[in-house]
Amino acid sequence: MSTSFRNNRVALAALLAAVLVPAAIAVVFFYAPVDEDGLNQKIFYFHVPIALTAYACFGWGAWKGLVHLWKGKPGADLESYVAIHLGVIFGAMTLITGSLWAKFRWGHWWLWSERQLVLFLVLFLFYSAYFMLRYSVEAGPQRANLCAVYSLFGVVLIPISFLAIRLANQYIHPIAFNRHGPQMAGSQFLTFCVCLAAMLALFAALYQFELAGKRLDARLRELRELLA
Amino acid sequence: MSTEEKYVAGAYLVVFGFVLVYFLIMALKLARLEREVGELTELARKRVDG
Repeated sequence: MSTSFRNNRVALAALLAAVLVPAAIAVVFFYAPVDEDGLNQKIFYFHVPIALTAYACFGWGAWKGLVHLWKGKPGADLESYVAIHLGVIFGAMTLITGSLWAKFRWGHWWLWSERQLVLFLVLFLFYSAYFMLRYSVEAGPQRANLCAVYSLFGVVLIPISFLAIRLANQYIHPIAFNRHGPQMAGSQFLTFCVCLAAMLALFAALYQFELAGKRLDARLRELRELLA
Repeated sequence: MSTEEKYVAGAYLVVFGFVLVYFLIMALKLARLEREVGELTELARKRVDG
């Protein structure tokens, strides 16, 4: 894939994020109605899309890991690493925004009895440990294979985390979506969709940006070795 | 500002704080890459002249 095509992808992803993120903020504060729960409900419009984007990052990282193992495609290992890196960042944002919301709504920063919260934390810590694995092994095919297998193991936790709320008998963490569809007004659902699109666009932009940086780094290292 | 507004503002600031710190780190990395390109260009020039 040519460098100029890759650069266009970076610019396109950045443009999409630059349009959607401000649009999402505008829609949250000027279009979405204030819920009966109060202004604090506005945190939902970023907290849930960020959590879903974190799942998407880990899923994408696992997919790239599979591509590496299955097809041996060069660059798939790097793509997997970048996706998981961003997943951890989005995961951290999920945990912090969720804690802020929980503290205000229910007076707790965290509840160990809430399965969905604990399973998300487990998923986050699992993928945080990915970096310990990656940097404890010398760069090369063995590291790439180990990391790919690790990323695939983690993906099993995603549906479990997602479905955890269904397994709980009692819960505080609200269910916004169930088998009957979204449990919110049309305007709220539209706002949620815009915010989700914005977060996914932000992930795409950061992903392309970081990937471009890492590829440049690798090429410079190669050039340095040739010139030395 | 009410307590509720502070929590909402805090949550949004966390998100944008993360994104801005990320961009700062990437900007520093870009500066390092530019420096490396400069050094490698110098090396290549010396090679050609030498």
